[in-house]
Amino acid sequence: MKSLLATLALTTALTLPGLAVARPVTLTTNLNSYGGDGAYLALYVTDASGAYMGSLWMAGTKSKYYEHLTDWYRATGGDTGEVNGITGASVGAGRTLEITLDLADALFDAGYTLHIDAAVEDMRDSPNEVAVPLTTTGAGTPVAGRRYIASFAYDM
Amino acid sequence: MIRAFHRWPGLLALALLTVLTLSGAALSVFPAAERLTAPQAATSLTVGKLATRIQAVYPGVEQIRRAPSGRIIAYWFDQGKPGAAVIDPATGQGVAPADPNQTQRWLTNLHRSLFLGDGGRIASAVGAVAMLILSLSGMMLVARRVGGWRHWFARLRGPLAGRLHVEIARIAVTGLVLSSTTALWMTASTFDLLPDGGAPPAFPTEVSGETGVALGNLAMLGDTPVTELRELSFPYPGDATDVFTLKTDRGTGYLDHGTGALLSWADLTRWERVSETIYMLHTGQGAAPLGLVLGIMALGMPAMGVTGVLIWLAGWRGRPRIRSNRPASRADTILLVGSEGGSTWGFAATLHAALTEAGHSVHAAPMSTFAPQRYAHAGRIVVLAATYGDGDAPASAKGFLERLEALDTAPDIPLAVLGFGDRSFPAYCAFARNVSDAAKAKNWPELMALETVDRQSPQDFARWGRSLGQALGIDLELAHTPVLPATETLTLVSRRDYGADVQAPSAILRFALPRTTLWQRLTGAGFARFNAGDLIGIVPDGSPVPRLYSLASACRDGFVEIVVKKHPGGLSSGQLTAQVPGGTVRAFLRRNPGFQPGRGRTPLILIGAGTGIGPLAGFIRGNARRRPIHLFFGMRHPDSDFFYDEEMPGWQGAGRLARLVTAASRERQPRYVQDVLRNDAPEVARLIRDGARVMVCGGRDMAAGVADAMAEILAPAGLTPATLKAEGRYVEDVY
Repeated sequence: MKSLLATLALTTALTLPGLAVARPVTLTTNLNSYGGDGAYLALYVTDASGAYMGSLWMAGTKSKYYEHLTDWYRATGGDTGEVNGITGASVGAGRTLEITLDLADALFDAGYTLHIDAAVEDMRDSPNEVAVPLTTTGAGTPVAGRRYIASFAYDM
Repeated sequence: MIRAFHRWPGLLALALLTVLTLSGAALSVFPAAERLTAPQAATSLTVGKLATRIQAVYPGVEQIRRAPSGRIIAYWFDQGKPGAAVIDPATGQGVAPADPNQTQRWLTNLHRSLFLGDGGRIASAVGAVAMLILSLSGMMLVARRVGGWRHWFARLRGPLAGRLHVEIARIAVTGLVLSSTTALWMTASTFDLLPDGGAPPAFPTEVSGETGVALGNLAMLGDTPVTELRELSFPYPGDATDVFTLKTDRGTGYLDHGTGALLSWADLTRWERVSETIYMLHTGQGAAPLGLVLGIMALGMPAMGVTGVLIWLAGWRGRPRIRSNRPASRADTILLVGSEGGSTWGFAATLHAALTEAGHSVHAAPMSTFAPQRYAHAGRIVVLAATYGDGDAPASAKGFLERLEALDTAPDIPLAVLGFGDRSFPAYCAFARNVSDAAKAKNWPELMALETVDRQSPQDFARWGRSLGQALGIDLELAHTPVLPATETLTLVSRRDYGADVQAPSAILRFALPRTTLWQRLTGAGFARFNAGDLIGIVPDGSPVPRLYSLASACRDGFVEIVVKKHPGGLSSGQLTAQVPGGTVRAFLRRNPGFQPGRGRTPLILIGAGTGIGPLAGFIRGNARRRPIHLFFGMRHPDSDFFYDEEMPGWQGAGRLARLVTAASRERQPRYVQDVLRNDAPEVARLIRDGARVMVCGGRDMAAGVADAMAEILAPAGLTPATLKAEGRYVEDVY
């Protein structure tokens, strides 16, 4: 996995102070058996005011479907440059997406929120499927999504 | 050349296309089913009213979608639990679960990607390309076969598999072209190769900052009929910066959820419209009847696959294997073969083997593939040509003369032409002569003068081979034994003798049906399935060359029957007419699809003389459906060679024979069959004007006399035997 530093250099959206210190963080997303095709997932971070800061991962390679990840699409204008190099396959029902990133320490306990938007063909769009504050104490605590995500957790 | 473009993509892609078309046909049912089952909105219903109704039932509604079928689905959250349902627009109530149909989903994934992700999508697209190539090359082949685009729906003749193949193709090809081109467009769209992505309006930067507008106060929703709706997304209830998103058939807009005002709007782009239309044409979503039609047409593809393989196998089996055939561009000797039934291919194979043995590199191909610019290293071209009918090109030589005619200059590669035929026919080797004359007219250099082989004579062929060897400066010994189809032994069960008093000893010979293998019964090979009018090849003792006789019975009659006249000195007819019950002959079956009465109900005019009555009697015997049959039968004397005299009254009584007119040439007033036809001219002309079909069987002179008489009879109606022949309504089996 590319480090978020590299990601940030690519996406340039997220300019944070004190990025020098980073640590590997594993993001684990378990999908429930929703009975549809592979889910598109956008993982991204907003700041305390809710403003989009940058993307962490995009599961799903066909950009024509990104508009169904409504909040992410609205925040980025659908700019595929935001997920250039951090894009992978869509995630099947019942499957798990596990990614490890080097995330800056400064992202934790500073009011940032990690969001996941999800969408499945011929099923509901589910923006803000997961919204979880990034805190060191919250690490390792699974949270459930609204429709497709059985559990999501980040581990440091 | 076009045939190769048709055959190889067809054979290679057969399995893939079968999967794609069967799944496509199955999928075509869903849009229609959805259209029929989905509760439809009244035309006067607006999106505002619909949304209000739904929100009343499901306060947590987040999104409303309307499919092209009219099916409306609402998605909501109720106390944190997601819900979705198909909505009855009249009440806003959910009436059915909105879960995707798993069968449809499975079929869709099979159809578009073979469950293999992007690699599978590309494979499916390759299948679409193959189908397009097959459709286009097939259209050219059909046009060539029926004699031009104007005759697209002309009557077909020939073996069943070939007819079925073309019958299906000329109807289904429109659907297959449409489905394959739209499939390719959709694949390009999926892979972002087309600029047809959505261009939603920029998200508004200024909003009222208020929330809670009543749905009824959103003017835009009140103005939009539900029939135009695609999607309405609700804002997060507490988020003042969020908006309503409305997508319709015209475009996408954002609505403020404090004031209800339209904040921004963007129309669909032209590319989006085109892509949506193409999506509709391919899937039938929004055009269910078209989808069903396309689905049925798609079913034609597997049927054409099966018949296509049968056609290919028949052609492949029909000719002997030619070992180490060199490519046209590298061969020093080009053998071009014009063969109708396949026997000329046997000679070509012998010549090919002998020349190859002598160190030449030889390319053998049908005459129809004639392409002189490809013969880069050829030092000579040898044409082996049979003749079809009265001098027409045989099946594998179609288009040769036209292509030669179109050349500015003939090839400078010396040419030798060898004709194959039967001297007893007036048009002996006529096609080979035409080829030779056309070559001379083009100043094509000659390697050897035209020579001919009579009745597949190995001696003639060997003699010609020695001349060719001299021309090439090699010893060329051509030892050809005709390749015979596998023969079976037939046992004579009865015979009825005729004609002894009129110097024409003849017999109706009836053989027992040979035992057939299970494989023959399944494939209809050999004697497992035959009709009156098909041919039986009898291999006499003392000659490898088979003699062909027309069958007077069909397999369902339970016996094999022929009518044979003893020719003075005739080897085969002598042996046959000397047979006694219990005796056996070696025989094989050869289909003769060009001489069949067909299935219609139109009257049949059967005209025969002498032993030519055989197949005609077979047609009458098999006429259980009482199609009106008029038989004109010429004989020498009714007391001597009136074949089937015992059966005729019974056939007439049973309605299988409507009318019998006989002519006898050795009575006090000699009359030939053409004479009685002329006497009956008004009735014959009337029958033909009403669509009757004419079938003539007998000797060549008699057939020519009948054709002259028919020309006179038809002239007042502005018809000729030639125009009837072109329509397939005048067929001859002459010997």
